[in-house]
Amino acid sequence: MLSLLILLPLAAALLILAVGGAERARWIALGTTAIEFALGLTLWAGYDNAGARFQFVEKLDLFAPYFSWHLGIDGIALLLIVLSVFLMPICILASWTSIEKRVPEYMAAFLLMESLMIGVFASLDLFLFYVFFEGGLIPMYLIIGIWGGARRIYASYKFFLYTLLGSVLMLLAMMYMVNVAGTTNIATLLTYDFDPDVQTWLWLAFFASFAVKMPMWPFHTWLPDAHVEAPTAGSVILAGVLLKLGGYGFLRFSLPMFPDASHQLVWIVFALSMIAVVYTSLVALVQEDMKKLIAYSSVAHMAFVTAGLFALNTQGIEGSIITMLSHGVVSGALFLCVGVVYDRLHTREIARYGGLAANMPKFALIFMLFTMASVGLPGTSGFVGEFLVLIGAYKASSWMTLVILTGIILGAAYALFLYRRVIFGDLTKDDLKQLTDLSPREIAIFVPLAAVVLWMGVYPKPFLDPIHKPVAEIVARLNPSVEAR
Amino acid sequence: MQPLLSSLTIIAPELTLTVGALSLLLIGAWVGDRSMALLTWLGVGLYAAAGLWMLDDAPRALAFDGLYVSDRFSQFLKILIYGGSAVASLMALPYLKRTRTAKFEYPVLLMLGTLGMGIMVSAHDLLTLYIGLELQSLAAYVLAAFHRRESRSSEAGLKYFVLGALASGILLYGVSLIYGFGGSTGFAALAAGLKSGTSMGVLFGMVFVLAGLAFKISAVPFHMWTPDVYEGAPTPVAAFFASAPKVAGMGLLIRVSMEAFGGLATDWQQIVAFTAVASMILGAVGAIGQTNVKRLLAYSSINNIGFALIGLATATSSGIAAVLFYMAVYIVMTLGSFLVVMQMRDTDGRAVETLASLSGLARSRPGLAAAMAIFMFSLAGIPPLLGFWPKFSVFQSAVQADLFALAIIGVITSVVGAYYYLRIIKTMYFDEPAGGYAPSESRINSGLIGVAAIACSPLGMLAIGPLATAAAAAAQSMLP
Repeated sequence: MLSLLILLPLAAALLILAVGGAERARWIALGTTAIEFALGLTLWAGYDNAGARFQFVEKLDLFAPYFSWHLGIDGIALLLIVLSVFLMPICILASWTSIEKRVPEYMAAFLLMESLMIGVFASLDLFLFYVFFEGGLIPMYLIIGIWGGARRIYASYKFFLYTLLGSVLMLLAMMYMVNVAGTTNIATLLTYDFDPDVQTWLWLAFFASFAVKMPMWPFHTWLPDAHVEAPTAGSVILAGVLLKLGGYGFLRFSLPMFPDASHQLVWIVFALSMIAVVYTSLVALVQEDMKKLIAYSSVAHMAFVTAGLFALNTQGIEGSIITMLSHGVVSGALFLCVGVVYDRLHTREIARYGGLAANMPKFALIFMLFTMASVGLPGTSGFVGEFLVLIGAYKASSWMTLVILTGIILGAAYALFLYRRVIFGDLTKDDLKQLTDLSPREIAIFVPLAAVVLWMGVYPKPFLDPIHKPVAEIVARLNPSVEAR
Repeated sequence: MQPLLSSLTIIAPELTLTVGALSLLLIGAWVGDRSMALLTWLGVGLYAAAGLWMLDDAPRALAFDGLYVSDRFSQFLKILIYGGSAVASLMALPYLKRTRTAKFEYPVLLMLGTLGMGIMVSAHDLLTLYIGLELQSLAAYVLAAFHRRESRSSEAGLKYFVLGALASGILLYGVSLIYGFGGSTGFAALAAGLKSGTSMGVLFGMVFVLAGLAFKISAVPFHMWTPDVYEGAPTPVAAFFASAPKVAGMGLLIRVSMEAFGGLATDWQQIVAFTAVASMILGAVGAIGQTNVKRLLAYSSINNIGFALIGLATATSSGIAAVLFYMAVYIVMTLGSFLVVMQMRDTDGRAVETLASLSGLARSRPGLAAAMAIFMFSLAGIPPLLGFWPKFSVFQSAVQADLFALAIIGVITSVVGAYYYLRIIKTMYFDEPAGGYAPSESRINSGLIGVAAIACSPLGMLAIGPLATAAAAAAQSMLP
């Protein structure tokens, strides 16, 4: 099942490259991602919330003695996979007309990306995880570099080399772990007790990789560049799925494998999260480029995630996971909103817009919903995650909670400020008057996103149920004295 | 005295090539340059025939009273060498025709060089080593200057010869010191006699020998000739230099270090570690400013040799296995990249070598660009491409041997190195097309590129298991 989920997009990518043709490529890509989405839903339906730690396990010793093709998911991985397969067809639809050059290659790169991302979440082998984790750089590099904006080459290099440098240190740490523990099986490593002194080094090596992927301040500078230059769908995938790799890595490796080091070094994460929330929110406030503003807001939201994860308690970690899911949908949707106006006017400069509420009412409504979700208004998905994170963080450190609370206020400020400048005001500019409201295709893109945002906000239980058990196990590893729930 | 016949069966592959090369020479002398293509194909057949000897699973055997050895280690390397030479000789056909240098000597010289390399990896005595090395080198000097009407080619040949002769001199001096202070030139006797803390003379001799060998694999600080020679030599010759001789030199270096100087491991480990670090750094940094693809690939090969040397610096069986694995993958990636460089011709059919001329290759020849992208990502060591795994295994052997500093420097230089490989991909895919490209001139070369690209693609990952097992067996067979 998981292998099929990984290999299907790969096969479709090869098929697209083989047959060629823009229109055919679009339909094949859409069809494949739709099937993937259906498969993801059956996966969710088949997942037993109270069942074994890892389900749908597959193991094949293809690459002995180095590693094995070993797949399996727990609730956390399940939800992230569902998020990825949910965003993919939307990305394909969003690129339907805006990508004109080299369409087959573009669609193939996206499908390749999809299979690598699912692979990351589904890997139960340390090195298999690394292969997928690193492999994702190649399609993303090409997506930014070929279909990106004016400064795409700079951005693509920065993206590639930054994330590569972070990852290679993690690779060495993985080699050490395998050398000591004698296995590449993640499920076994989760219960292996590493020497506390060594844990610190291993933790730092993994941190180097995940902090860049996350991205945490001050390792975040690649993100605004990559976002601004990437095509809309590229930004959606970057914000929606790639940024989740860092958080997933912390959850899968740093916390349960190095519990002592996590307790010891928690101050680093707290300090960086506090700085990030306040600093990047302030930076977002003064941005003149819409995409850049959303990119900085992503960094601030990810700081919430790290703060929640390293609260090291159930609420904090569950809240972080929900924040990640919510952010994946919301920031993806916001990038799509920017894409809508960018496709019409070909500029992302905020000052060029204003008064769109008059002639694009549907767009104004949609944009409003996602802005509110980004702010964390109760009833939207953003609220659930942030609230849980705050509860968890308060238990760990009330000071930090105070600082990140100011981040929420600043977050409301920059998001609403953006909304006011783009949507409200007088419709004075002539070219803006020509703009048409959302097309049916665009509505088809936004409706599912909006539905999910409201669903998660009003009734988050289906999203929380699968993660209770894995989170309880992580918390039990972190605090052996506390009974697992 | 060992019976002659038993020795002759052990050196059968070398005999095959010797007789073969001489026969090719006779045919060539008789028929003339018209026979170039025929000789090349006969040569490929001879490499295959010599390679057949590698398939038998004979145990380690010494010939000529210990002058010469045949074991899994030499067999593993010889398969790589014969394969590399066969490809290097095939890929030259269209080039030589186009540049009107289709002389029948080309396949013959290549085969003599290959014979020398076979002797190198099977040498079990410092003098056998020298004979093999010189036979390979002399053939290589001539090949470098093969395009004799072109001044760059002659210059490359001359440079290579002068520096190579100096390196051989240094090596010979080292051999004489070792003989004087250590009492023997045979590896077995040296291994038995040399212990750490022996005379200074032996130590000096070892350093000289290692320096001479470092020249052959173009490890820093004996790398200076590499970019110049690669740039000047005809492209198929440069491809040849970057592939088989590097494998042979590395094999020889391993055997000398591990077998003959096994007792001095702590002494040479530092030297090898330094060379590895210097090669990785210089190879990565030096390539950044290059504008000529062949020079860039020269730095890339220096860089790669540095990575491979990490495995040797561990002085463990798993480290040696990692080096062998590395060389096996390296030879595929390098030959693949050079095959692509050979295809780089503008619409008038003239060869172009600048990096800028690659721009827009993705438009005019998408298949070729995709293959090159695979080779570059692979050389940069990005998983899931094949090139990641040899790097992975040398770093793993370093971690196992607690050489963390070496591993950390290694991974960081690999990121620096990724920059210039990415630059080639950027030029091909992101830049606007500069000019058109001539279509492929040879189906054989296109086919070879395809095979190499598939091997380096994620499909190649299926081969890492068997390859690593073979490399481990080869490393085991050499160590006592």
